[in-house]
Amino acid sequence: MKIVHSVHILPDAVRLDGVALPVEEQGAELLSALYRAYVKDYPKFFKMDLLSKLGVIATELLVKDEPGRFTPREDRAVLLLSHSGPLCDDRNYQKTISGDDYFPSPALFVYTLANIVTGEIAIRNKYEGDTTAYGLEAFDPAQLVAVVRDAFEDRVTTSAICGWAECIDAGNFEALLLLVEQDAPEGRPFTVQTLEEIKKA
Amino acid sequence: MKQKVYAVAGNILSPLGFTAEENFRAVVEGRSGVAPQEGTFGIPEPFCASLFDRGQVAEYAAAEGITGYNLFETLLILSIRDAVRRAGIDAVSSRVAFVISSIKGNVEELGEDESEVPVTVSAGHVAAFFGQNAAPLVVSNACISGLSALIHARRMLLSGQYDYVVVAGAEVQSRFIVSGFQSLKALSPEPCRPFDAERCGLNLGEAAATMVLSRAEVCPPESWELVDGATRNDANHISGPSRTGEGSYKALRYVLACCDPEELAFVNVHGTSTLYNDEMESIALHRAGLSDVPLNALKGFFGHTMGAAGILESLISMQAADAGIVPGTLGFGKMGVSYPVNVCAANRTTDKHAFIKLLSGFGGCNAALLFRKGGAR
Repeated sequence: MKIVHSVHILPDAVRLDGVALPVEEQGAELLSALYRAYVKDYPKFFKMDLLSKLGVIATELLVKDEPGRFTPREDRAVLLLSHSGPLCDDRNYQKTISGDDYFPSPALFVYTLANIVTGEIAIRNKYEGDTTAYGLEAFDPAQLVAVVRDAFEDRVTTSAICGWAECIDAGNFEALLLLVEQDAPEGRPFTVQTLEEIKKA
Repeated sequence: MKQKVYAVAGNILSPLGFTAEENFRAVVEGRSGVAPQEGTFGIPEPFCASLFDRGQVAEYAAAEGITGYNLFETLLILSIRDAVRRAGIDAVSSRVAFVISSIKGNVEELGEDESEVPVTVSAGHVAAFFGQNAAPLVVSNACISGLSALIHARRMLLSGQYDYVVVAGAEVQSRFIVSGFQSLKALSPEPCRPFDAERCGLNLGEAAATMVLSRAEVCPPESWELVDGATRNDANHISGPSRTGEGSYKALRYVLACCDPEELAFVNVHGTSTLYNDEMESIALHRAGLSDVPLNALKGFFGHTMGAAGILESLISMQAADAGIVPGTLGFGKMGVSYPVNVCAANRTTDKHAFIKLLSGFGGCNAALLFRKGGAR
């Protein structure tokens, strides 16, 4: 298994394959700026919650130059891990049912499910394979590698968008996403050490 | 030889009983935990749900010496403790892993102590209760969470790092969840009616369920094997099922590579009783060539127990097939889906020893898992 591409997004920095991208905005604005620079034509993006925006943009950077993009495929999994899941969305939805203003918002409620981000990535890219949202106590490269390796036991899965996607609020989020391929001719080894290097860079 | 993974022991904790056996008996006898709710959780509109008597759970927990945990954690601990005792394993061992499945976990605590809300935090408390040093893996994959957890746990055992994986799912209902599903117009004001022409939505349910899994060498030959399973995405819509049943069909196709439909006692479907879900499942089953195989849904007994559903419904199905029964679909009367499917309205007999558990959920995800009684083939 090899890491073909890696991306690391923080509220004030973006690295693609270890190289820093020029960044002027911060926080949620950073994600919108990345959308304008790399996506442009997927207005659904603006309806998404922060976690989904983060996951969709990170994925976009990983696969933007891939040949045959948007051809439906079942062999690519989307496997994301986090500590807080949709906590950010829980807060937003809770506001619509607290106090005297009881007006529950279906649009906000849907995003309180931890796996909507994996679904949004699947919809955007037409990935029809395994999509699973996992939770861990904290970022742990060894557990992350184990989870992804185990998920590759699926007979059909040959590649995955996988990694850590944590979103506390607009000023505090992190995506460390990888495109991992089972049989890529080139790439970095999918190991704890490589993950630590990407995280530290 | 390829490794095989089996279910060693299980527990179900629901308003219908505190063991897997009590819950199975309720299903056979046609008893339901679903009841009309008025004013529960301060929800203005009436709804139906299967909810625990909080006092009864507290009493049981106190008798078991479990205090200082919130309801979600208490349910998980009680369920896991029964299953682990029955499996006769030492849960402290590093050869034992925990996988916890839930959608909204402890969301009730929102506004109190936010840091206690993530499922990962509760899962840590629960694993620590059992003396586990390692942080448990959480699976939160909407309504298919329980099956995703079982499918992943099976793969963890195949990797050889563990001898046992304890898979536990739980869901506690709250103002948060009920209002959300109501806002989506997904809740029925009456007891649900899976696949029925008059169905008009789902009922939510509370439960915890645990399955202890292990590799072949320690399991008795008559154990239930988790043959294989898969999760597939519709890649279509975050809150509506695919019109072609795409992901559900693909998940079914995956597991059908490992069995002949002839050997299936039944398909235990998701059957939430929403218009769209049941219709979608009929399409997926039809496409997969399973129109003639008996199908049943358990939501009429338990409601939709969300993160517990995949584990709970699998445990009921295992006991049913053991007893030679295809459980009836409580609430079903008149066929209400466009594609031909073989819905079991009342309990039927079967002499077959395999079944498929099927679920679908928001985020476009779908899962199927094939179970077969060891040595049956």
